[in-house]
Amino acid sequence: MEHLSKRFGERVAFQDVSFAVGYGEVFGLLGPNGAGKTSTVRTLGTLISPSSGSATVAGIPLTAANGPAIRSRISIMPESPGLYLRLTVKENLECFAGLYELDDVHGRIERALRAVNLEDRATDRCGALSKGLRQRVALARALLNDPAVLFLDEPTSGLDPVASREVHGLIASLRERGVTIFLTTHRLEEAERLCHRVAIMNTTLRSIGRPDELREQLFSRALDVRVAAPLEDPHTLLGGVPGVDGWEPAPSGYVLAVSDPELAAPHLARALVGAGADILSIAESRHSLEDVYLELIDEDVEARSR
Amino acid sequence: MTFRWTRVRAIVVKELRDYRRNRFILGTMGVLPLLFIILPLIQLFDARGDLDSTRLNLHVGLSMLYMLLIPAFLPSTLSAYSVVGEREQGTLEPVLTTPIRRKEFLVGKALAAFGPTVGLAYAVFGVFLAAAALFAHPAIASAIYSGTHVLVQVLFIPLVAGWGIWVGIAVSARSTDVRAAQQLSVLGCVPLMAVLALMSLNVITVSVGLAVGFAAALLAIDLLAWRAVAAMLDRERLITGSRT
Repeated sequence: MEHLSKRFGERVAFQDVSFAVGYGEVFGLLGPNGAGKTSTVRTLGTLISPSSGSATVAGIPLTAANGPAIRSRISIMPESPGLYLRLTVKENLECFAGLYELDDVHGRIERALRAVNLEDRATDRCGALSKGLRQRVALARALLNDPAVLFLDEPTSGLDPVASREVHGLIASLRERGVTIFLTTHRLEEAERLCHRVAIMNTTLRSIGRPDELREQLFSRALDVRVAAPLEDPHTLLGGVPGVDGWEPAPSGYVLAVSDPELAAPHLARALVGAGADILSIAESRHSLEDVYLELIDEDVEARSR
Repeated sequence: MTFRWTRVRAIVVKELRDYRRNRFILGTMGVLPLLFIILPLIQLFDARGDLDSTRLNLHVGLSMLYMLLIPAFLPSTLSAYSVVGEREQGTLEPVLTTPIRRKEFLVGKALAAFGPTVGLAYAVFGVFLAAAALFAHPAIASAIYSGTHVLVQVLFIPLVAGWGIWVGIAVSARSTDVRAAQQLSVLGCVPLMAVLALMSLNVITVSVGLAVGFAAALLAIDLLAWRAVAAMLDRERLITGSRT
């Protein structure tokens, strides 16, 4: 995508978004509600046309004329499974196999159902399935045409934890098979667990990279120190440890800003032992993707309120 | 990529399977033809053989008009469900993410409504003709079989169904509620039915030439309507409700 934008009249869905997704990559697009994630997927899926910018999807330039060719090489699983509830699982898949003009329909349906562990539910009516099973049928439908790119729009939205875990397992197995996946979600643990790289967007692209890269971009590295009792003179003790750039008290100890945790930790341990402190733990502080996300989104909120 | 009948077939098969399990559609497909065969039969058996020609024509004309209500109202009710029903179920977006083209989608939806309704309408007309031949007073049977009544029914059943389908799909593409779409679609058939009523009740005297001419005009309108409705089925508008 290069400088891709979409407007609905005066309203900006997303603006000036540029990034590339590699073959076999699982790419996560994160953002709050209304950030433009679904509009981005719909634009790349040729369901809506971009207002400006350009993109190439599955090797084909994104133009109105190329719509059918692009759609035949990709699959989109929308947020809602969108199954014909009066039809059986197999009948739903047969319909879509026809729409994709696939050969070996029965073989493909069998393989898609096997991939989502639903071979034994082929003759069940979709209306009789649980939400989690419907999501799996939708995923099977998305796999029917062996897509070059699989777009998953909020695949676990509205699912309970057990069903979400099942869907995560399926996505992880697709990742291992080398399927290129474009995942939109606002569930950060989902993106962290499944995606090679993530982009955080809030109408515009805010940041992009591997989750650990994003953490490093936004947060300095730190050591969490837990001790049995507060230090008598933490200022002198912690301030004198090589590699420690600063410190602040925490509920059960101290948080130390360090440039290299592996260098600072042994010095710190020796200094604490030398001062007679009872050490409970010394660990590198891990900022979650959620911290990164909230930091970026909070920046946006602050910028808008100014 | 060109127009592909494989994709049309996929839509038709899916629609027919869905109709078969949809109680509302099954009910409509059962009740409407039943109603519109009973009413003409009442007209048929209520009429005595010694009626003057005006009253005889009125009885026969009313019977014929009832039977034209089947291809008008049944397909418009079915096709009114076609887009807004899919949107309500959340199935429209997955279908539009496939390579299907708007004309393929439209033809699939139209054929799925056209086949069963025209079949039912002809079947009902066949039953009516058989009942007239077997049980009606000979004067009434003769009035039905002579003149342009049979020609009008044979010609107009598919054409009226076509009108009902295009009106139904057009309304459905712009609606957000299935029931409202069905009611508006039936309303959209009223102008055509008004003209057919005038013909059936002999207010407009129908000659073979007039019937064929009117059928040709209706065919042209159906073809134009198909193009107009195809233009309305814009992916972006269907999904987001607006086009920018």
